[in-house]
Amino acid sequence: MAEFALPANSKIGVGDTYKATGAKNIKTFKVYRWSPDSGNKPTVDTYEVDMDTCGPMVLDALIKIKNEIDSSLTFRRSCREGVCGSCAMNIDGTNTLACTKFINDVKGDIKIYPLPHMPVVKDLVPDLTVPYAQLATIEPWLKSTSQPPTRERLQSPEERAKLDGLWECILCFSCTTSCPSYWWSGDRYLGPAILLQAYRWIADSRDEAKGERLDNLEDPFRLYRCHTIMNCTKTCPKSLNPAKAIAEIKKLLVERTI
Amino acid sequence: MTDLRTPLARARGLGSAKDGVHHWWMQRLTAIALIPLVVWFAVSLVMMSGADYAVVRAWIGSPLVMVLLILTIGIGLHHGQLGMQVVWEDYTDGALRVVMIVLTKFIAVVFGLGAIVAIMRIGFGG
Repeated sequence: MAEFALPANSKIGVGDTYKATGAKNIKTFKVYRWSPDSGNKPTVDTYEVDMDTCGPMVLDALIKIKNEIDSSLTFRRSCREGVCGSCAMNIDGTNTLACTKFINDVKGDIKIYPLPHMPVVKDLVPDLTVPYAQLATIEPWLKSTSQPPTRERLQSPEERAKLDGLWECILCFSCTTSCPSYWWSGDRYLGPAILLQAYRWIADSRDEAKGERLDNLEDPFRLYRCHTIMNCTKTCPKSLNPAKAIAEIKKLLVERTI
Repeated sequence: MTDLRTPLARARGLGSAKDGVHHWWMQRLTAIALIPLVVWFAVSLVMMSGADYAVVRAWIGSPLVMVLLILTIGIGLHHGQLGMQVVWEDYTDGALRVVMIVLTKFIAVVFGLGAIVAIMRIGFGG
């Protein structure tokens, strides 16, 4: 059955509060905390951050908290410029990248939780083992059985243009973890991020395995759990459109039967 | 049972069902067909409000009306059971899912055949 309520050991309690003494320009961050070692239920800790000495992005504040207030706060980050996809989390109720989300865009306290409906490793770090394995199932690489050319595999500008809006995906899984269908059926439904990746290879004129790729996707659960809810497209921090990519796959599947 | 399969083995599962496009396509076709049929059915009912038994019976007896009524009910039930199947797939699993999907399809067929027999009996004056 689909789970509509949090398991008993996931109910969130009130955690510690860290005051910013002497600061004039304060922003309050309410951050989900859970450690597998403590044996306690998760809590939301409150951090007051001095904005006069903090960068403009939510990630800047998280790094400042970790450096100056509470070194136990755990989160993933790497490139701090929206390219790596590591710092995807739920900020102010929406999945996005902490590094490209302006603190000023959020009115009031900033609530930060890990990506929804994923197992939590610690604090803001979700366990993405399943989506990564699902990515492997679509074999996201160029497949060709023809004799390899002695130079680049040629592609016309029009053919290349078909990959725009697809290649930019950084696999942050903001979309996949915003999708109710993925919440209920994530063990079998591939989710928007993986389906957009799958379409990125289906749409590639240099790839010779289009039919095989469509075969592997034609499944009531792998593909057809998408009910065009569109949370994926709404939440994508790179402004991509996974819902459209999924619709294109569905159209191709019909196209080859009629 | 402890599941020690690799994540890839779990993600691949039993492989692709290579099925689903027909379900998806039929859901769209029946939806399109139902737009004019339901409009026609609703307008007809409104126009016959207050009509007596003989008038309604004569209406159903017209061959065109019989065909359209059977289409409306048949396509409507087909569309409904396709949609209910999606609901069961979304929100249930295991044996419950199988039972509910099978029940839904059986009920749709029984209701559909019952409705068709009823329409034909009225139409042919049986």
